[in-house]
Amino acid sequence: MDKPTVNQSGSALVALRDVSKAFPNGTLALAGLDLEVRTGEFLSLLGPSGCGKSTALRILAGLSEPTQGAVEWPNAAPQAGGESPIGFVFQEPTLMPWASVFNNVMLPLKLQGVRTGKAGARVMAALDRVGLQDFSRAYPRELSGGMRMRVSIARALATEPALLLMDEPFAALDEITRFKLNNDLLQVWQALRTTVVFVTHSVFESVYLSSRIAVMTARPGRVVTELAIDAPYPRAQNFRTSPDYAALCRRVSDALAQAMAAGAEP
Amino acid sequence: MNGRFSARSRDNTKPDRQRTASPLSPRRGGTGNFDHMLRVALPIVVLAFGLAIWEAVVRIEHVPPYVLPAPGLIFHTLISDWALLFRSLLVTLATTVEGFLLAAVGGVGLAVLFNQSRLVEYSLYPYAVILQVTPIVAIAPLLLIYLPQPLAVLACAWIVAFFPVLANTTLGLHSVDRNLTDLFALYGATRGQMLWNLKLPSSLPYILGGLRIAGGLSLIGAVVAEIAAGSAGAGSGLAYRIAESGYRLNIPRMFAALLLLSVAGIAIFYLLSLANYLALRRWHESALDQER
Repeated sequence: MDKPTVNQSGSALVALRDVSKAFPNGTLALAGLDLEVRTGEFLSLLGPSGCGKSTALRILAGLSEPTQGAVEWPNAAPQAGGESPIGFVFQEPTLMPWASVFNNVMLPLKLQGVRTGKAGARVMAALDRVGLQDFSRAYPRELSGGMRMRVSIARALATEPALLLMDEPFAALDEITRFKLNNDLLQVWQALRTTVVFVTHSVFESVYLSSRIAVMTARPGRVVTELAIDAPYPRAQNFRTSPDYAALCRRVSDALAQAMAAGAEP
Repeated sequence: MNGRFSARSRDNTKPDRQRTASPLSPRRGGTGNFDHMLRVALPIVVLAFGLAIWEAVVRIEHVPPYVLPAPGLIFHTLISDWALLFRSLLVTLATTVEGFLLAAVGGVGLAVLFNQSRLVEYSLYPYAVILQVTPIVAIAPLLLIYLPQPLAVLACAWIVAFFPVLANTTLGLHSVDRNLTDLFALYGATRGQMLWNLKLPSSLPYILGGLRIAGGLSLIGAVVAEIAAGSAGAGSGLAYRIAESGYRLNIPRMFAALLLLSVAGIAIFYLLSLANYLALRRWHESALDQER
C-alpha cells in the first residue's frame, strides 16, 4: 500500500514497527501495522469500529504487548519508576468514584511518588487548564459527563506527559459538549506543545483536530493511508464552517471508503 | 491566558448534585414529610393494634401466663427482671460484637489473601465453603466439647458471620474497573498501592454489604451456641436465660428475653446501615437518592 509522504517537520517520538497482535481467542486484531508518531503532532487514528485502533493505542502505552513487531522509542524509552511520559484518556472518564476531583487528578503524581506539597500545586494547575479549579472538592458523581471527561483530561495532564493518548474520549458526549471540548483540547495541545495520538471513528472530529490522520482498516487492523491536514492552527468555530474544512472532510471520507473497500477484498 | 479552558466556557450541562436519601430508606425517593411520617407512624399503629388484641384475648379467655402471657405482663417482667436480663444482654452483645469484629477482620483478610495468591485461594476456599454450609447448630455441641464455653460461643458467632464478609469482599476485589486497573499499571503502581488505593476502596460497598449481613448472623451464632450450651453452660447470655426460663416454665421472662434479643438485632442492623450510609453517601449509587 503506498503511503503519501507528509510533513516531516517533527522527529519520531515513538514508532510501531510491523506490529501484530493476536488475542488468546485467536482474533487477529493487528497485522503488519507501521505507525510513526512525530514529536509535537496531533495524530488521529481513524477507522471503523473493531479495526484495532484502541489495541494500537494500548500497545503504544505499554498496556498490551505486541505478539510480533516492536515499539520503538528513538530517544528515551519510558522507564519503570520514573515519571511516566505518557498520559492516557479512556473512552469513559474512568475516575475513582470514592475520591474527590482533586484526589483523582493527584493519583498519577501520588503513584509516582511526587511529594504532596509539590503535587498539590501541579494538580491545581492541571484543573485550571480544564476550567475546573472551583470543583476540586467535588466528587465525580456530582459532575456532568463533560465535566467528568475534563477531570480525566486534567489527570492525564498532571504528569505533563510528552505523549497524550486518547481513546475516543468524546464519543459518549453530546455534540455541543464535544465541540466545546474539541476547541479546549486544541488550546491545551498548543499551549503545552505535547504530542497527541487521538483515536476516533469520526471523520469530522479527526479533520478538525489533527495535523495528520492515519486511516486504518479492519481484519486485520493496519494503517492503509496517512493524510496531512495542513490547515493552519489555531482552528476555531469558523474553521468548522469553512469550505476548506468541507473539502478536507470529503478527502478523508474518500480515503476511509477506499480503505474499507480494500479491507473487504480478501 | 492561552491554553486554558475559560471558566465561562464550561459545558452546557450543570453539575447534578443529588440529594442524599435517608440512611434507612435508600431506595425510596422522599415525597415529602407526610410520606416520611406515614412510614414511621403506620408500623407503630399496627404494633399497638396487635398488642391490644393480644392483651384483650388473654384477658377475656383467661389464658394462664405459662401458656401465653399478656403484653402488659411481659413488659412488667422486663422491668422487674431488668437487672438480670440486662446483664445477660451485655454478655450476648459482647460475644456478638467480638464475633463480628473477628469476622470482619478474618473475612476481609482472607479475601485479600485469596486475591493476592491464587494458590492460597485454591487451597482454602473449599473449606471456607464447607464451614459455611454445615449447619452451625450441628457444629456447636462439638465446639463446646473442645473449647471452654465462652470461647466456643465466640467461635460459633465467628463461623456464621465471617463467610458473607469473605464472599462479598472477594466479589468486590474481582469487580474493580479494568480501565482503572490499567491506569494504575500505566503509572507503575506497586501491588500494595494497587490494593490500598484501588481494590479496597472499590470493594468498600461490597464489604459493607457483607458486614451488614454479618452483624445479624453473628448474633444468631452467639444465640445458637448459648442454646446448645444449655444448662451445662456457665454462661449467662440472653439465649441461656431463654433456655433456663423454658425449663422453669417462666414464659413471661422468655418473652422478655426474646424481646431484648430482637431489639438488639434491630439495633445492630440499623447501626451498620448507618455506617454504610455515612461511608458511601457521597459516591455510591446504593446510598444516593433515586430522584434527580
